[in-house]
Amino acid sequence: MKKIDLNVDVHHLTRIEGHGNIKIAVENGKIKDARWDVVETPRFFEVMLKDKHYTSAGILAARICGICSISHCLASLLATEQAFGVTVPEDAKKIRMIAKHGEMLQSHVLHLLFLVAPDFFEEPSVIPLVERTPEVITIARRLKLFANRLCDAIAGRTTHPVSLQVGGVTAVPSQKELIGFRDELEQIINDLQKVAALFATLQMPDFVRETEFVSLKGEAEYPAMGGKIMTSDGIVRLDKEYKDVTNEYVDANNTSKWTKLSRESYAVGALARFNNNYSLLHPEAVKVAEMFGLKPVCHNPFMNNVAQLVESFHSAYEIMRLIDEVTAGRIKNTMAEFKPTAGEGVGIVEAPRGILFHHYKYDGNGRIEKANCVVPSTQNNANIHYDMKSLVEKFAVKGMTDEKLELLSSMLVRSYDPCLSCSVH
Amino acid sequence: MEYLGIKPNKPKVAVFDFSGCEGCELQLVNKEDTLIDFLSAIDLRGWREASSVINDDYDIALIEGSITRDDEIKRLEKIRSHAKVLVALGSCACFGGVNQMKNVFDLKKANQEVYGDKPKETAKVKAVKDVVKVDLEIPGCPISKAEVESIIRHLAWGMPFSYPVYPVCVECKQRFTTCMFEKGLMCLGPITMAGCNAPCPAGGLGCWGCRGPAKDPNYESFFAIARERGFSTAEVNERLNFFGGFQEVNAK
Repeated sequence: MKKIDLNVDVHHLTRIEGHGNIKIAVENGKIKDARWDVVETPRFFEVMLKDKHYTSAGILAARICGICSISHCLASLLATEQAFGVTVPEDAKKIRMIAKHGEMLQSHVLHLLFLVAPDFFEEPSVIPLVERTPEVITIARRLKLFANRLCDAIAGRTTHPVSLQVGGVTAVPSQKELIGFRDELEQIINDLQKVAALFATLQMPDFVRETEFVSLKGEAEYPAMGGKIMTSDGIVRLDKEYKDVTNEYVDANNTSKWTKLSRESYAVGALARFNNNYSLLHPEAVKVAEMFGLKPVCHNPFMNNVAQLVESFHSAYEIMRLIDEVTAGRIKNTMAEFKPTAGEGVGIVEAPRGILFHHYKYDGNGRIEKANCVVPSTQNNANIHYDMKSLVEKFAVKGMTDEKLELLSSMLVRSYDPCLSCSVH
Repeated sequence: MEYLGIKPNKPKVAVFDFSGCEGCELQLVNKEDTLIDFLSAIDLRGWREASSVINDDYDIALIEGSITRDDEIKRLEKIRSHAKVLVALGSCACFGGVNQMKNVFDLKKANQEVYGDKPKETAKVKAVKDVVKVDLEIPGCPISKAEVESIIRHLAWGMPFSYPVYPVCVECKQRFTTCMFEKGLMCLGPITMAGCNAPCPAGGLGCWGCRGPAKDPNYESFFAIARERGFSTAEVNERLNFFGGFQEVNAK
């Protein structure tokens, strides 16, 4: 039999957010090493949030992540609002939800077309695709521009929002502006159909490792903000019980903490939401899933890409519904009256990369005594690590070039859309 | 990008990320209507977040993030030795950004609070200029892509770039935004450098000074207004210290 020796050593993997390393060593057909290590520098956000006034908590929390700052801001607001017992007006909730779906669309499009697609075209980045497939790039730009403009209009700014504040929202776009976005959605959905047609021609690697999927539990709607936590292994927990789900611990080789629940690791993100809440997806999004043969429960992490595509459709239709609802009547009240009180709150948001928790304890003066944030990619890092070993077992030990294994293992990490500076925070 | 048929210089650019949220890098792929023009105006030599091409031959290094660990210092020094021009991109790189708020805490205790009995390596947060020579600073949390485009246009045509000398207040007037002080909110607009187009006051937040001081700010007058409007010295200082751009001053 041929001797199988393999070596992959990726320092600071490209086309992902943040700094992580892949290390794989196979000697004589035996795995010596198969690792995913996050080496991002810690910023200590939980410490910086201490003593912060509630008016600045959301502003600081947003800075955890440059891509999903709206989700971090919203999770922060929900935690504070729960601690103070604030009831956010319905109109404000809907306006926040439009921003939430705008961010989802922006983030998924960025990942699928700017970070993932180059692998399938065997290009190092999206730049050569400008010449190779100009139509795809035109669509990618149009989708991202729409989502960013929508978030700018709703939240004041896409990266690090300004008008999402404790109690509601402090600025609302005009009826005319909202209807303008509504009119563009036909084109946006048409563009998404073309992205789906493109992805249907791409072959996702056939790799399966069974894991547990964790997400919010949708009740009447596909989950986005607040509610109970559920897992594909049958566990359901209240928001206040989130630590029973996340079980964070410190790994010697990672600055990101790791998490586990029923198994050695669990996964969060688009595929977890899809697997746990399939029946609540918009019918048009379900059609896209069917086009790819994607059904719950799917244990192939590469299909997270397809789940993101399915969710992009869902978000586009939700934006349409929400704009219709908001513009049907006159927007009344968008800010609750409240007084800061001593107490604790847990804010949960389904960020683009998965379930996100912010937990604050407030003193009686509106200042944070203790903060804890459990971030989506934090929860995925152990799962990626164990996937890596399984991937090498299934593919590499049978024989593969180092270059192919480097690409395949890099694509595995990218399929999770990891946000590592976020995961370490 | 041509003007009267004349092609500009195409600067060799590389982008590097240190401790931060990478939101400033994300701005570089935003403003999608002019993204193709932007990318064709530069010769991109390396940008880990967006491309697998890595090339040490570059003229301009854009540095995002603050410096918080020894390996970052070594990496930054190496980049400085390659680059003709080194640009600090965003408030974290320019003056530490929100990250520098960590510096008031005891690092051992902070580590213990987050990592328990298994601490991770960390150091006091530094701005890029505290480690290597910086040729140009582009502040903002996040940066304004329109401003970066303008800077690249100037570089490509070999023209000097200058920031607005006026404060954010001017941009609020241009946008017809009601003064935050009139709404009872605190705002660093009167002393903060313009160029962002004042999105925060327009969104009802007030300015937090992420771009640092305007030219020759009148601090005394600003502190007097803040006092007059009922804001305490502690409140003003907390705001000034948020992004780290106003280290030159503190209200008394």
